[in-house]
Amino acid sequence: MTTIEVNGLRKRFGSSAALDGMTFVVRPGHVTGFVGPNGAGKSTTLRMIVGLDRPDAGTATIGGRRYAELPCPMRHAGALLDPHALHPARSGRDHLRWLARSQDLPDTRVDAVLALAGLTAAGRRTAGGYSLGMRQRLGVAAALLGDPPVLLLDEPFNGLDPAGIVWMRGLLRDLAADGRSVLVSSHLMSELQDMAGHVVVAGHGRVVADAGVDELIGAYTSLEAAYLELTAGVGGIR
Amino acid sequence: MIWRAEWLKFRTVRGWMFGAAAAVLIVVALGVLAATSVTMSCMDGTHEVDCPAPPTDSAGRSVADKFTFVHRALDGDGSITARVGGLDGTITYPPPDHDEIVRGVVPWAKAGLMVKDGTEPGADYAAVMVTGSHGVRMQSGFTRDRAAVPGREAWLRLTRQGDEITGDVSADGAAWQRIETVRLDGLPATVQIGLFVTSPNGMTVEENPQGGHAVAARWTQATAQFSQVSPAGGWTESLVGYSDYRTTWEQAHPPGHTETGGVITVAGAGEIGIDSENGLAVERVLTGVFAGLLPLIVVAVLCGTAEFRHRMIRTTLAAMPRPVRVSVAKAGVVGVVSLLAGLVAVAVTLPVASRMLRANAVVVLAVSWPTMLRIALGTALLLSLAGVLAYGVGALLRRAVPAVVAVTALLLAPPILAVTSVLPPDVGTWLLRLTPGAAFAIQQSVAAYPQLSRPQTVADGYFPLPPWAGLAVLALWALAAVAAATWRLRRSPA
Repeated sequence: MTTIEVNGLRKRFGSSAALDGMTFVVRPGHVTGFVGPNGAGKSTTLRMIVGLDRPDAGTATIGGRRYAELPCPMRHAGALLDPHALHPARSGRDHLRWLARSQDLPDTRVDAVLALAGLTAAGRRTAGGYSLGMRQRLGVAAALLGDPPVLLLDEPFNGLDPAGIVWMRGLLRDLAADGRSVLVSSHLMSELQDMAGHVVVAGHGRVVADAGVDELIGAYTSLEAAYLELTAGVGGIR
Repeated sequence: MIWRAEWLKFRTVRGWMFGAAAAVLIVVALGVLAATSVTMSCMDGTHEVDCPAPPTDSAGRSVADKFTFVHRALDGDGSITARVGGLDGTITYPPPDHDEIVRGVVPWAKAGLMVKDGTEPGADYAAVMVTGSHGVRMQSGFTRDRAAVPGREAWLRLTRQGDEITGDVSADGAAWQRIETVRLDGLPATVQIGLFVTSPNGMTVEENPQGGHAVAARWTQATAQFSQVSPAGGWTESLVGYSDYRTTWEQAHPPGHTETGGVITVAGAGEIGIDSENGLAVERVLTGVFAGLLPLIVVAVLCGTAEFRHRMIRTTLAAMPRPVRVSVAKAGVVGVVSLLAGLVAVAVTLPVASRMLRANAVVVLAVSWPTMLRIALGTALLLSLAGVLAYGVGALLRRAVPAVVAVTALLLAPPILAVTSVLPPDVGTWLLRLTPGAAFAIQQSVAAYPQLSRPQTVADGYFPLPPWAGLAVLALWALAAVAAATWRLRRSPA
């Protein structure tokens, strides 16, 4: 069972503090929602967990180790951060194949995650022609390639059609039920309310609430109401 | 793993593989085109004939080897001593008016003593000589040249001991000064030793104000007097490298020797040295490399910029959080692909174009096999390093168009501008020392030698740096570009 531990992350971009002591733990077995206004520091935190941004202070670890120290990192943590980060002239399947090479995984894993994401046929086409929904599916396939115990997904519902949303909801629940740690950042409170077991609310670069979904619903009637109450006055963009 | 991932990334973008293939096809196609568009014919007296191939030396290089040789056999070790002087001669129709035959000696007219492995043109030799205006010298092997003392008259001595030939010079025949000792490997027990005279064409170079220059050449002959030759007697005369044809002037003043009162007068015309004129330089069939590099540069630049243009670098670094190794692997993949493209292009172009040239009766200047190997492998390495440079500049600038323009301007523009005389010669020379374009020196089959009378400037296709030094300049640029790109990637990944 692998946890994500974010401990006192700080980062300044010029004069504004993007992260100001962000601290939380993502535990296995349920989906953890990561919510907060735009600019609250969610994406920066996710980027730091996978080593794409360096914090000024603090640590982010996966199972106690920094992501960049992991030998085949995608076998330890899969991330969907930017669905557009692919070469438009390369097929979806080849995109996954080079990732598989980089993690020393066989092509059978590629075909398995393509099937899981419903891209077996589309995988042969170049990714430049993919819709946003297909890119999200390909990004999820990439995150699952190494069958990792930890998943980080930034706005995975963006661009999905209703069938896609249902698929994604079921997938995330199943992944958590397998005992994985699943961190999902999203603005869709109703989705998270049905799916997440735990929620981390961020504002001004730090955690303003870290509680079980049932707990928050009990206190505020709905996750949306809880969110609006908790983040009132902590608009992220200053 | 990183290498395998980067290689798969490269080969799964179809346009990049097409670009690499296009580079190969362009080099081959332009090489074949160059081979079919060249024709060559020569005059043998008044007949037009296929050009004869120049003789080759023991290393396989095309050489000029034409002189009057008054000689005898020398068995085993021995020496010859003579006083050489009275250098005189004829220059036909020199400037300014080009209307008369005048008495005179061209700067590189040569008269002296020679040891040679027989009288066939191209055979190994070593010689000491006085020259028209370059003093006393010792020359051997068609390219080796060692200056001794100034002057047009001297006592000269040439000594054979085993494979070593020693030249000495003296002002008075008493006090001798060693010039140098050279080794002629594999010299047989019996060699020819004697007196020789030759005189290369007189050259005048007319600078063109629009750039470049025109070279005018005229026939010359030299005569020299050899006295107190020891040991004396038993001479045979050989006109080494002469054709049977004689101009009307030569019919009245034939090459050869006369002996009166112990003084031997020898007359001769020709040149002893590397030949770069009587045939096509083999690298000419590889000029398609300039055009072939364009698609290769574009592909290599895109390999560097695409990661940033499509923000894919985040996916790459999330999968492989080791920016230095990713950068090196990318450069390596581009370098290996370019190297393979270069090897295929050269391996097809050189034999096919050479065969077509031979079929067209075009003489290709022969080069030694190490030189041929250097041109072939060096050209492939040039493509490889050009690819690495383009990748590095692309990854550093992260913008495709400026990167392609920068690499083209640095690598392709200098040699083209310098050789076509668009630039002043000094500027062209410096550019070909400092810019990556210096690497094209690796293709040069015939080096410049100061003892040859023709101009050998950048505009004549002679690069200022030696072949491998020129390639090293490109290698340094490529290394610097990749290092800078790696540094920038570590500092700001996206």
